[in-house]
Amino acid sequence: MRVALFATCFNDSMWPETPKAVVTILERLGVTVEFPLEQTCCGQMFTNTGYAREALPLVERFADVFGEYDAVVAPSGSCVGSVRHQHATVASGCDRPALADRARTTAGKVFELSELLVDVLGVTDVGATFPHRVTYHPTCHSLRMLRVADKPLRLLREVRGIDLVDLPSAEECCGFGGTFAMKNSDTSVAMGSDKAHHVRETRAEVLVAGDNSCLAHVGGLLTRQRSGVRVMHLAEVLASTERDFAVDNELGDPPAATTTQHTDTEATT
Amino acid sequence: MSGTFIGMPKFQTAAKEALGNSQQRRNLQHATHTIREKRARVVEELDDWEGLRQAGADIKDNVLSHLDTYLVQLEESLTRAGATVHWAGDAAEANEIVTSLVRATGADEVVKVKSMATQEIGLNEALEEAGIAAWETDLAELIVQLGHDRPSHILVPAIHRNRAEIREIFLREMGHVGTPPPAGLTSEPRELAEAARVHLREKFLRAKVAISGANFAIAETGTLVVVESEGNGRMCLTLPETLISVVGIEKVLPRLEDLEVFMQLLPRSSTGERMNPYTSTWTGITPGDGPQQVHVVLLDNGRTDALADTVGRQALRCIRCSACLNVCPVYERVGGHAYGSVYPGPIGAILNPQLRGTTSEVDQSLPYASSLCGACGDVCPVKIEIPDLLVHLRTRVVDEHRGGMPSGEEIAMKGAAWMFSDHRRWEKAQKGAELGGRMFRKKDTIGRLPGPLSAWSDARDAPVPPAESFRTWWKREKEGQ
Ligand code: SF4
Repeated sequence: MRVALFATCFNDSMWPETPKAVVTILERLGVTVEFPLEQTCCGQMFTNTGYAREALPLVERFADVFGEYDAVVAPSGSCVGSVRHQHATVASGCDRPALADRARTTAGKVFELSELLVDVLGVTDVGATFPHRVTYHPTCHSLRMLRVADKPLRLLREVRGIDLVDLPSAEECCGFGGTFAMKNSDTSVAMGSDKAHHVRETRAEVLVAGDNSCLAHVGGLLTRQRSGVRVMHLAEVLASTERDFAVDNELGDPPAATTTQHTDTEATT
Repeated sequence: MSGTFIGMPKFQTAAKEALGNSQQRRNLQHATHTIREKRARVVEELDDWEGLRQAGADIKDNVLSHLDTYLVQLEESLTRAGATVHWAGDAAEANEIVTSLVRATGADEVVKVKSMATQEIGLNEALEEAGIAAWETDLAELIVQLGHDRPSHILVPAIHRNRAEIREIFLREMGHVGTPPPAGLTSEPRELAEAARVHLREKFLRAKVAISGANFAIAETGTLVVVESEGNGRMCLTLPETLISVVGIEKVLPRLEDLEVFMQLLPRSSTGERMNPYTSTWTGITPGDGPQQVHVVLLDNGRTDALADTVGRQALRCIRCSACLNVCPVYERVGGHAYGSVYPGPIGAILNPQLRGTTSEVDQSLPYASSLCGACGDVCPVKIEIPDLLVHLRTRVVDEHRGGMPSGEEIAMKGAAWMFSDHRRWEKAQKGAELGGRMFRKKDTIGRLPGPLSAWSDARDAPVPPAESFRTWWKREKEGQ
């Protein structure tokens, strides 16, 4: 199976640790992943702001670059949502029925990270260790466009040492919404403040989600509040291993409970 | 009597002001969450909810694609049953028809059943101009009218008010227009309802003319249907001699049996009840029983424009349940007034620009009044793909602007699209970002951004670009470049 990584333009330039983490996870699971250098952007920002004509060449480019792979993985619920739900619509809206067909076929092979891991590769334990108190925000497009349901949580539950706590009102939008965050910044911030409030209620150290753009929004509010909560992409949590916490171990840092849980889990696997 | 929406600023401006109203924020949050949870509970009870939604969507789609046939059939059935049918192309025409019908009866006042169509056309204002007083009899509409306020919700127009505010409005205003409330009125719901009951009773018994809308109009039989909770609508529909109903042309249903589907979908979606307390149906005139003059004004007012858009037309499936408002995180925070229309929330954002066109500032801003979170589409009982329609209408707004002086946004979007259309250009741009990233090396976040980007950084820290993109890393690590 030939698997390609679609890093997404935002991750490629702003959050490279996330696509690196995807490579780490997949290689750990024995999957070789390719990164076609011709890739750029899925066009979501253009489509959602009303610039379908500008999105069209990017829809075509996506089908050209990724059409030949058996599976394509992207660490972003909203970009995969755009590919799957909007690419064909953009093409038909611009009177390109043949491209719409090609976009539909390609989109059928594009998976958000948790989908690829759980549905395609059939794993929930990816061998990760992350000894922190974590809460998970299911981003809107993962939840309501892709319907990934509890797949990310099933992956997180298998992580050694993790203290996973429920986020109150988790299914409510964080208020990012792409250009909404700029065009309607006041409303966006009002929504984000409520999300940040719920995150702080959980006393989690780390807020995890499958979209760095939503995380940048809520994370930007959390750091402005000097809350001490950091944000992290699901892929980076799943890529973490014991080795990443070796320094903590030397300092005698991880609490006893975490260590015990770690051993227990290993004993059963 | 009530305020109007004419000349509203664009959504963003109105929303900013509304966000500062902490009492309204509290009232809305409480009310929307209460209805939201009630709805979720009663919807969960039905195993075939998805099947019902599909049936509702299918019935409406069939109506919309054969609207001409069903409307002619409706007119024939109504006429046969003794009703008089009038056709109104727009709001002005509808107001004129209703005004002259009321004048012909010699009455100088009317009682009104809660109706979105008459709100849409500004009928109360038109009647007032003609010297005819229009009394709203739905409790929430009454509160809005007495408070010289505007409705902010489809189902609960006074949702932005709490009990204490309602008591104040009653004490201040009721006496000017009829029976005053008792002096010792408290904010107990029972006492408030009793004050309204006494106030309205006088008007019901006196009224010669009633004006209503209709939730459904059955083509086969000519039956009109009003679904309500309080029974005040029933009073209006049965006591006066003349009944005038203003009905949007998309309200037609082929057969009486179709109600089976909608009477399950509507109450559960709107009030979160299994069945609403009062459903009134009437078919023209019944001699010796109820109104003996029955008029029906069939209203277009932009609906055929919406119908002409093969994608946008699904908005005409809407049964005005307001589930999409109650679940919307934007509506919950800014309230209904910011949408500049009697149709607020997600449905307002897709319906107003289609009914009114996209020439005004507020109508151009409405498709952007959403984070596209998708919660509205999930609850809509007739499966309107609201997020898709928002994007569709954004495209319409953008395309209508093309050709003239390009906006800053258009230039930026075109530039970005040009950059992304060739990966070598994209790589060059990334090199620039890497340089910026190295400059900010010592920082975790950026607190202040220049120019239009300050819309981000006013309340949110911004991420620092990394010193190396993923692509650069990949080329070095995996391809030895
Ligand atoms: S759009 Fe759907 S959810 Fe919203 S009011 Fe209309 S029928 Fe109800």
